Amino acid sequence: MTPARPHVEVKALTMAYGDHVVQREVSFAVPRGEVFVIMGDSGCGKSTLMRHMIGLSRPAAGEVFYDDQPLWAAGEEDRERLKRKFGVLYQNAALFSSMTLEENVSLALVEHAGLSGKEARDVAALKLALVGLAGFEDHYPSEISGGMRKRAGLARAMALDPEILFFDEPSAGLDPLSSRRLDDLILELRDSAGTTIVLVTHELPSIFELGDHAVFLDAERRTMIAQGRPDELKESQDPKVRAFMSRGRL
Amino acid sequence: MDSPPSDVAAEARLDVVREGTGLRLVLSGNWKLGAGVPPTDGLLHEIETAPPVRIRFDAAGLGAWDSALVTYLFVAFGLAASRGIEVDGSGLPEGARKLVALARAVPSRTVAHPPEDDALTARVGRVALHSWGTVGDAASFLGETLLALGALVRGRARFRRVDLLHAFESSGVAALGIVALINFLIGAVLAFVGAVQLQQFGASIYVANLVAIGVCRELGALMTGIVMAGRTGASFAAVLGTMTVNEEVDALATMGLRPVEFLVLPRFLATTLMLPALVAYADVLGMLGGLFVGVTMLDIGTAEYARQTREALALRHVFIGLAKGVAFGAVVATTGCYYGIRCGRSAAAVGEATTRAVVMGIVLVVVVDAIATVFLHLVRL
Repeated sequence: MTPARPHVEVKALTMAYGDHVVQREVSFAVPRGEVFVIMGDSGCGKSTLMRHMIGLSRPAAGEVFYDDQPLWAAGEEDRERLKRKFGVLYQNAALFSSMTLEENVSLALVEHAGLSGKEARDVAALKLALVGLAGFEDHYPSEISGGMRKRAGLARAMALDPEILFFDEPSAGLDPLSSRRLDDLILELRDSAGTTIVLVTHELPSIFELGDHAVFLDAERRTMIAQGRPDELKESQDPKVRAFMSRGRL
Repeated sequence: MDSPPSDVAAEARLDVVREGTGLRLVLSGNWKLGAGVPPTDGLLHEIETAPPVRIRFDAAGLGAWDSALVTYLFVAFGLAASRGIEVDGSGLPEGARKLVALARAVPSRTVAHPPEDDALTARVGRVALHSWGTVGDAASFLGETLLALGALVRGRARFRRVDLLHAFESSGVAALGIVALINFLIGAVLAFVGAVQLQQFGASIYVANLVAIGVCRELGALMTGIVMAGRTGASFAAVLGTMTVNEEVDALATMGLRPVEFLVLPRFLATTLMLPALVAYADVLGMLGGLFVGVTMLDIGTAEYARQTREALALRHVFIGLAKGVAFGAVVATTGCYYGIRCGRSAAAVGEATTRAVVMGIVLVVVVDAIATVFLHLVRL
């Protein structure tokens, strides 16, 4: 039996800002319907890797494939179409501050799915209700708390029922309870909708709780130094990975 | 880290005692930051004169201490380590010893920065390369804006109509007050300065010609362009810059919406269409300023001034001013949006983007005006 085709595949990706190489020769595959964690110490280029995977930064070398379709070798139109396969929750939610929560969520529905205003409003209300924000449709991002903003950002990311959801440091700035609720939501999305989740984080509880597979990027060696299941990485041959996974306790 | 205050209110003191092949550093007095951090030059001198094998400490006479002591010890431990000298910290207060150990636990990370050539030619080269990069980037932004305009013409541009209406308001109606004030005063000043000269020849009535042509052909558009660069250009750069910092622009891009189409196009359209309207308004206010000076200070009758204005003002002067308005609108919107979209990712970067948008906006408005003036002279318009 041949192994299932990966949902996302990163091949020999080298990321650089000008002459400064952030990470080189990073390769891994994200299985369909799993929570995949990108982790590493601060400044190692986790978020940069995510930017390359979601089409915001062009790699210095290498390619990102979605269902075997290249992201960067594709033309502008094809890349735009590929982008509709995924939703992104940014570190600070990145909600459009001049729009209400409902407008934030319905924007993509109107522009891409061609829904009418009324239909888009109904779908937006559903998405907001799914993240526990029913009744907040007319609020502006500045009128709600940080945790609620994250959830609204998730509702917006889920608007078009994406196959893949990217999360950049979802727990950053959240209290433990809000963080926990967000983790539960992520698991819920994986289990109920079969969504593939790519998670950029260094929060150990989330990594162990959510992660099916993980890769570890190293800031000093500027490349990926380990990959596997989080509990396997705890026993990694590499002392840095082992120390990271056990919060410095060796 | 602060130890209980000592009875000894003495200054920090360090005595270096030689003990065979070793050194004993005797610390006494109060080592507090308020009195500064004692220099390590003496110790360095001792070490370099006759390198010891071992350094130990005697802190029996040490009074109160804080980071001043720990800083000194940190440097001293570093000096010793770099020369392979053994250090025995057992004579130090336990707290200070632990803090030094903590500070030395993680070796300082050497970040590989390529050495930068400081020669004049290298610096000029770097500035030239950077400028060339900016020109290329600005050209690509301009290209994207033109493509977005093309998409608009084909009816395929995607932006929110409400954003367009807001942009119309902010670059039109909201600017009426400041445009009126500036242009009324400019018309009045022009009339006054002209009158002082023309009165000498008994030709005061020609003030109306000066003001009408000067304002409609040149100053109305120029002053409105400059005001809009400072007002609307700055506002575009600040809003789009903040959206960039908040990752809102990234969010649009990953949603498959082109930021230039979605954010720049409505602002570009609104400013390019509203600026000529503002110029027409500015022309009227400028001429009213001239009329005010003519009537109140030069004793010219209102009807007479109006007739002279009508005779002097050919329609081409008005159209030239309006056409300049369109060009200035495009310049102000493009520079404001360019610096906003290309803003860095910090609060300071938003300020920098706004400043650059205003400065570059004003410079380009004046440059475009100068080119237009020379061109129009050459084609005898």
